[in-house]
Amino acid sequence: MKFSALRVVKEALTGHKGWKPLWRNPQPQPDYDIVIVGGGGHGLATAYYLAKTFGKARIAVLEKGWIGSGNVGRNTTIVRSNYLLPGNQPFYEFSMKLWEGLEQELNFNAMVSQRGIINLFHTDAQRDAFRRRGNAMHLSGADAVLLNRDALRQKVPFLNYDNARFPIKGGLWQPRAGTARHDGVAWGYARGADMLGVDIIQNCEVTGFRIDAGRVRGVETTRGYIGAAKVGVAVAGSSSRVMAMAGQRLPIESHVLQAFVSEGLKPVISGVITFGAGHFYISQSDKGGLVFGGDVDGYNSYAQRGNLPVVEDVAQGGMALMPMIGRARLLRSWGGIVDMSMDGSPIIDRTAIDGLYLNGGWCYGGFKATPASGFAFAHLLATDRPHETATAYRLDRFATGHVIDERGTGAQPNLH
Amino acid sequence: MLIPHPLLGLRDAEEFVYLGDASLMQRPDPDSPTALTDFCDYVFLRDNPAGVHRELWFHEQGDRSWLVVTRNTLTHEILGAELATDAARPTVTQEPSA
Amino acid sequence: MTRIRGGLIDRGTSLSFTFDGKTYSGHPGDTLASALLANGVRLMGRSFKYHRPRGVFAAGSEEPNAMVELREGARREPNTRATVAELYEGLVAKSQNRVGPLSCDVLAVNDVLSPFFAAGFYYKTFMWPRAFWEKLYEPVIRRAAGLGQLSMQADPDDYDSGFLHCDLLVIGGGAAGLAAALTTGRAGARVVLADEDFRLGGRLLSERDPLGGIPAVDWIAGLEAELDSLPNVRILRRTTVFGAYDHGIYGAVARVADHLKTPGAQVRQSLWRITAKRTVLAAGATERHIPFADNDRPGIMLAGAMRSYANRWAVTPQAHAADPVAIFTNNDDGHRTALDLMAQEVPVLGVIDTRSDAPKLGDYTLFPDATVTGSKGRLGLTQIQITRAGQSTWVDCAALGVSGGWNPNVHLASHHRGRPVWDAATQSFLPGPGGPEGMHVAGAAAGRGQTGLALADGAKAAVAALAQIGMSASLPELPAPEATADTLTPCWHVPSKKRAWVDFQNDVTVKDIALAHQENMRPVEHLKRWTTLGMATDQGKTANVTALAVMAELSGKSIPETGTTIFRPPYTGVAISALGGGDSGDSFRPRRLTPTHSWAATRGAVFTEVGAWMRAQYYPQTGETHWRQTVDREAKAVRAGVGLCDVTTLGKIDVQGADATTFLNRVYANMMGTLRVGRVRYGLMLREDGFLYDDGTCARLAEDHYVVTTTTGNAGLVYRNLEFARQCLWPELDVHLISTTDAWAQIAVAGPNARSLLSRIVDDFDLSNDAFPFMACSTLTICNGLRARLFRISFSGELAYELAVPARYGNAVMQRLAEQGADLGVTPYGIEALSVLRIEKGHAAGAELNGQTTADMSGLGMMVSRKKDSIGVVMSRRDGLAQDSRRMVGLQPVEPTHTVTPGAHLFAQGDPQDMAHDQGWITSACYSPHVGSSIGLGFLLQGDNRMGEIVIAANPLAGETTQLRIVPSHFVDPEGERLRA
Repeated sequence: MKFSALRVVKEALTGHKGWKPLWRNPQPQPDYDIVIVGGGGHGLATAYYLAKTFGKARIAVLEKGWIGSGNVGRNTTIVRSNYLLPGNQPFYEFSMKLWEGLEQELNFNAMVSQRGIINLFHTDAQRDAFRRRGNAMHLSGADAVLLNRDALRQKVPFLNYDNARFPIKGGLWQPRAGTARHDGVAWGYARGADMLGVDIIQNCEVTGFRIDAGRVRGVETTRGYIGAAKVGVAVAGSSSRVMAMAGQRLPIESHVLQAFVSEGLKPVISGVITFGAGHFYISQSDKGGLVFGGDVDGYNSYAQRGNLPVVEDVAQGGMALMPMIGRARLLRSWGGIVDMSMDGSPIIDRTAIDGLYLNGGWCYGGFKATPASGFAFAHLLATDRPHETATAYRLDRFATGHVIDERGTGAQPNLH
Repeated sequence: MLIPHPLLGLRDAEEFVYLGDASLMQRPDPDSPTALTDFCDYVFLRDNPAGVHRELWFHEQGDRSWLVVTRNTLTHEILGAELATDAARPTVTQEPSA
Repeated sequence: MTRIRGGLIDRGTSLSFTFDGKTYSGHPGDTLASALLANGVRLMGRSFKYHRPRGVFAAGSEEPNAMVELREGARREPNTRATVAELYEGLVAKSQNRVGPLSCDVLAVNDVLSPFFAAGFYYKTFMWPRAFWEKLYEPVIRRAAGLGQLSMQADPDDYDSGFLHCDLLVIGGGAAGLAAALTTGRAGARVVLADEDFRLGGRLLSERDPLGGIPAVDWIAGLEAELDSLPNVRILRRTTVFGAYDHGIYGAVARVADHLKTPGAQVRQSLWRITAKRTVLAAGATERHIPFADNDRPGIMLAGAMRSYANRWAVTPQAHAADPVAIFTNNDDGHRTALDLMAQEVPVLGVIDTRSDAPKLGDYTLFPDATVTGSKGRLGLTQIQITRAGQSTWVDCAALGVSGGWNPNVHLASHHRGRPVWDAATQSFLPGPGGPEGMHVAGAAAGRGQTGLALADGAKAAVAALAQIGMSASLPELPAPEATADTLTPCWHVPSKKRAWVDFQNDVTVKDIALAHQENMRPVEHLKRWTTLGMATDQGKTANVTALAVMAELSGKSIPETGTTIFRPPYTGVAISALGGGDSGDSFRPRRLTPTHSWAATRGAVFTEVGAWMRAQYYPQTGETHWRQTVDREAKAVRAGVGLCDVTTLGKIDVQGADATTFLNRVYANMMGTLRVGRVRYGLMLREDGFLYDDGTCARLAEDHYVVTTTTGNAGLVYRNLEFARQCLWPELDVHLISTTDAWAQIAVAGPNARSLLSRIVDDFDLSNDAFPFMACSTLTICNGLRARLFRISFSGELAYELAVPARYGNAVMQRLAEQGADLGVTPYGIEALSVLRIEKGHAAGAELNGQTTADMSGLGMMVSRKKDSIGVVMSRRDGLAQDSRRMVGLQPVEPTHTVTPGAHLFAQGDPQDMAHDQGWITSACYSPHVGSSIGLGFLLQGDNRMGEIVIAANPLAGETTQLRIVPSHFVDPEGERLRA
């Protein structure tokens, strides 16, 4: 069924009787050509592009709970491609381009909204580092503007410029960045994949891999054994747990990242603002809630909830940056488990086991990568070659030293 | 969170800085013929268990001791803490099975 | 007026307030909601999506409808629930989320168009043409969405935060909570009792039943007096415990001054972090409603709330006392409301009960086996439709109380992993296993809401909780009122072709849930996200369980099979100001001041933030109009005479012990084991992954005593890592470390006249080049006996020393040096000149040591010793590091008037400017008064082999390219003659 304004009108006038399920609830088949483990944004996007772009069939997505229940439904919805390093920047820019056509591609309004992102700087050294980054963005075809204090003040007059403990000297602005409706992205890909024949199987937890002579043959699940010629794992947050079932240790720690939303307010903030000196970032959803967050709690966790010191730290950052939000109320806070990798960058690669592929290590940044990650993972699963923008995301880069460390903090995941 | 410091009693986790898996105490032999591989595993690979985890915390805003804390990563329950200097040296982490 | 007898209001005092500009009057003890009702105001707000007229629905923090913008100016608080806003003299409130007056909101057109706005409609449209989303559709949606408005001004009030510790935290001051607090208080244990209301008593305040033979209020007053007299009891009124965190830690916000017009000298709110050994959750229960057609009109409210307004606030929900009121219920508790209203002579037209066996508990008309199937009244209820056995009748009705049973407030019990479990007996979710450690749930929150049960339950929970921590308590004698009838037969909604609201604020109806079911959005979380159910400011307190039951019915599954609903902090919305605890603006983070700060301030220094430190950036003099003039003067003065700079912020670590040498040899990449006493060596530290992370100096003061310096930014990190190496890697070594960064003031004395200047303050110490050469160090005394340390090290490339004295003398020594050096041209210099000097000398600093670079890249690869093990040395041999051929170079513009811009990328001449041809970048740059042009440092592919070549610096952000010549990074004194002079 094609979605359109006309369709909405027609259904409204006929009592909404014609709406069909957005996806089926199929029973798992005994075997598939390709099984994707993980019905989050990346897994669903992978299945979609496998079917749509790479012409593959007999694909299943296995989700242990409900689709979109992981980080695609828990993040702060930011979409951007303001990266520095050559291993990252082209990939995220590719993702940005896919975002820009996503609604038309999927015939589903995921509300990609390019209202820009501004990373604030507070010192000359930070400005220089941002200039290097902004130039890297230009050099790989992305957009960036270095705003001085006056230009910034014109765009966002409500920041605390003068009384702040760390005065704001300017910002790096990416106009094409923005936000997208996170659940909508998962649903759009799910619906698209389902329409192309992909079986999306919810409440189906993978409990083991069947591996024979170094080659994966299928997966054991709570709904029985499912054979597969190829298995792609896209379970960021739980990558270590799942890959341990295949005997693989990963350069990843699982950490909890909290996120926050305020009560609904009339429009205040147009795009996304990040406050480097205060570990704080904020945007405002179309519904009016301020959506904000800060650092990971800092310790290994699978608990999907964080602790009070980070809540306070984030609120302090918010108040220091924008004291006018003080009388708004925090409505909800929650935690997501993120795959913090050893260099802060993701992995999209084959593994030591034939037919078993890994997509993980997304740290804070998985949501914005969703389209490109799905596309690149599909490319790898379909062709056994990495996509041209994802060649650096190798699992052996740690052994060879070709790490992609945007923040330069080394093998300490909670600092990335 | 509260961390039961073996000398100072329950202390707020905010006083500490977290490092990671206690296996970081087992620095490989730099003279071994497999040193490069051993170091790569040591520096980069983690068990990252969902459950009981032995991990290193530094009491930076306190007595500056490194502690090995045993904590459940699913529930955050803390099962014990000892000074790193007292911690028994477990055997070197096993090679991953194929 | 609909004020009736009784109530817990002070009728002797009148409070004047305004709502939407109109002045009304109420009494102390009123909430804004009760006062508005008492003035006959029923219309208080508009719903989020359809802008339906709404009145008050509840009497507590679960309120979905009656939300206002409270206060004015910078103190404006959007989305404030009128039901918890305590009335004060001069209160000003405005309705929100409307265009035009509240009674004829233009956006109510959305209600007419509601068929087009069904659940999830926006995912299906607004896609064409593509560019219209940001330009047209979204701006319209954003303007229409949102609720209240921020003032856009900084919050003028003060906030603070504090810690509380107790044996038992009691959350909720109703029957169960009061009993728990009393039990604990009498046992001598430390107890904190927190309640969100401004008056203790919880639900007891809303009932007419006596307790222990006296009015409940008097019983509460007696208990409160006893608790107040106990030193081990702390009562936090107006305090919401909003979150349960790990290990018995709870977050709570006390609304210290929200009941006043302005806080005056007080803070507005306090954030408490409460650490409790055990907790009793006695948070009560929230009534649920029964959705029926058009069930959202002002005048329709929860039956229990109606009872609260009548009993506690002495108001009824109709505009005129003679108007009839009805009750719609599926349980006995609904009937109690009818009885209480009748006792107040409120006309009750009847009780409509869905049960065929409904009891008749008093002298009212009972409609058993009946439902309410419709309502009328544009801005307030005028009629309801009662349907019984297929027969429908419209009757006049000005207010309807609805009761569908009670949901225990299990929220805090599910903040961890614990999921509530369905209890068929009470038809409600009860706290499940896996709740916060040490939490006991009591009273209505545990499904035991009858007053007698709750009192006993609270006391028992306290005894049990205390027993777990080795304290004994005895059960106090408590009133044991008779149980009231409380049977219930589930009725989750009244089927209808019209809209029946489940979530009022977000306008989610039974039809929306059915549509979600039809579109396979069946898991509870999909349902919530697709329809926005439970996402409003009331967090679905009156909606979620009902929605789940409706979905269960549609799926033909049981409620527990359909799912459960869990909760996240906060329990109710918490002001972001309060969570920040007052640490904003200038108080955001502490400042560290150097020992010579006040001296620098008197010299007119401009300061800048360097991490937590404030450092002198430069010292402008009269007549200097641009910072560059000042910095050039300072840099030149150092090269020509002598300069003084406070370098205390560099980290200092004292390393002592018999194995100190062995230890340092393992943590530095270069050879440190051969350092002689009285000498200093430059040292490089690698991370274990082989990358460069810090540099500094290592001075050997004695056989077993070293002083290590670090960069300013890494002072804490290096110390932590050294302690890690000492305690975790090599505990067998006899070595001890302590950070002495703050203990010693350190002053750089740099320039050709440095020796002359120092010679004037040292006590009998030979400063000659032979006795104290470059890279020498010593302890000594200065200024007639002040102990000091002297290091002959140079960051500037000049003859230079760093002099360390105990921090308290830093200011005085700086002053002394400045006085003594007047004839030598002594000049204080700030970190701008420091940076110029180091760039001229080609020293790597923060921009080069950014954690992404190697020793080889910085031209320091030769220092990394291959003769010994040290941290990072093995991994530095990986291909990705060893084969990185980028090298640090000096850069000078071909055209001397051009500028070297840090952050520009480097390209070979003629190459396309894209990432594939990127050859490096500029790390640092400055104007060099020594060279007479802009100069810079950067990393360039094979830079060490390209001296003299011209490269292109591309800065597309500014649309600039500049030709730069590659030169050695030592712009000054490449042979190092000056620093050895």
